[in-house]
Amino acid sequence: MQRRQFVGSVAAGSAAGVLGLAAGCAAPGSGSGPKVVVVGGGYGGATAAKYVRMWSDYQFNVTLVEPNSAFVSCPISNLVIGGSKTMADITSPYDNLSRRHGVNIVRDTVTAIDADKRVVRLAGGSELPYDRLILSPGVDFMWDSLPGMAKPGAQEAVLHAWKAGAQTLALRRQLEAMPDGGVYALAIPLAPYRCPPGPYERACQVAHYFSRAKPRSKVLVLDANDDVTSKGPLFKKAWAERYKGIVEYRPKHTAVDVDAATNTLKFEFNDDIRAAVLNVVPPMRAGDVAFKAGLATANKRWCEVDFLTHESKAAKNIHVLGDAIQIAPGMPKSGHMANQHGKTCAAAVVALLGGGQPNALPIYNNTCYSFVSDEDVVHVSSVHRYDAAQKTMLAVAGSGGVSSAANELEGKYAHAWARNIWADTLA
Amino acid sequence: MRGSTVKHRIKWGAIAALGLYAQLGWAQSDPLQVRSWAAACSNCHGTMGVALPGMESLAGVPRDELVKKLQDFKTGRKPATIMHQLSKGYSDEQLEQLAAYFAALKK
Repeated sequence: MQRRQFVGSVAAGSAAGVLGLAAGCAAPGSGSGPKVVVVGGGYGGATAAKYVRMWSDYQFNVTLVEPNSAFVSCPISNLVIGGSKTMADITSPYDNLSRRHGVNIVRDTVTAIDADKRVVRLAGGSELPYDRLILSPGVDFMWDSLPGMAKPGAQEAVLHAWKAGAQTLALRRQLEAMPDGGVYALAIPLAPYRCPPGPYERACQVAHYFSRAKPRSKVLVLDANDDVTSKGPLFKKAWAERYKGIVEYRPKHTAVDVDAATNTLKFEFNDDIRAAVLNVVPPMRAGDVAFKAGLATANKRWCEVDFLTHESKAAKNIHVLGDAIQIAPGMPKSGHMANQHGKTCAAAVVALLGGGQPNALPIYNNTCYSFVSDEDVVHVSSVHRYDAAQKTMLAVAGSGGVSSAANELEGKYAHAWARNIWADTLA
Repeated sequence: MRGSTVKHRIKWGAIAALGLYAQLGWAQSDPLQVRSWAAACSNCHGTMGVALPGMESLAGVPRDELVKKLQDFKTGRKPATIMHQLSKGYSDEQLEQLAAYFAALKK
């Protein structure tokens, strides 16, 4: 009964209804408002949790389910691998979401979703009911494509470091322990994968470290793609000029297996490659919670969504954000984009649960900075606008672009970007 | 304590923004739509346009000043690293609506 009254008052007029409620703020995270459960506290989920609270004028109950105690950023994590930043620099607490915004944070993992009953089950045994569920599960790896990685100890020896956290630091340690004159080999999967320019930035970061500390060492980039997938000319210039003799780039190298015991990569068409430090980024798909719920309907890898609301095309009242979705043309799988998905979804969820209509014309942007050294940066930017005829987001013609050359000013902007997006997502 | 400050800013920012739309007679613009568009700027320029050091805050900047800056980015009159590329993704009218929204927010 209380719920119906609430919905009615919001529906009275989208903006005016929300304002009308402002006087009677409920206690943070409690009360009779609609229940929104967010799964995954990365760039997409944490942003969605904060903005649903803000844009419901703190009336909706929002619970964020996240197993980690703190947020560790993938963007900037390559600088930890390169040695110019520390784990502390890329780690932010979650407590502002609860303290400032009244998000209930549950440190747990979702084991099952009952879409009919609108309940998620947690590993800890409890259940959370929802009116709308927002999944921001990131990616998980398709280990079947590299059979040797299933052997005991293989995943501890050959790292991906493609989810910022323990592996980021572990890869740094492997590079520090590697004798000068060794080869670091990085295997890149076919696109789409999380963070298109990320592997090439990583090659630069490792090369930067080698150029200072281990000048006889090599970086070997083994790319399944036909060419560098993002900022190609800018990365190739950095390799040819800054890291001449250190970086070697080999396209069309699709890794099909790994022998972790001998640090050897096996390819579809090319000779085996053995390296002192092997870093394999496996092919990936939507994170397990969405995958197991049957939401990864595109090529059995990615979750198809309605770009006006981010509601799954496979399940009502369940929304999917970030790297897990089947991206629109020209849309990267990036933290910046996941944050934009989070706000688009938050606005739609607040509108829909309030009886209103979602924004019919989403417009948002992507900016992505890559460090080619510890200071110099190149960017790619784009603006994406909803196309009603094609029902997808399209890059706006004439907008966006890349840096003309690597530069230190954008290095400063890149750090300012990180500070600001971390605050927008978490604070 | 800080939570209430955030709420306060959002509430009065929204009211001020709505008032301005009414005053200028932009009946065709949907305040919630403009709010969503503006939120896409927050990644760099801060939630509700209040940025941390290293990026410019947009909240409370006079509308005309913001419109001029955005137009100068769009036409290439003002040099930039990234805003000349992003501003081209928006129509002149959308840039004006965004400027009015940010101008009405509390600094």
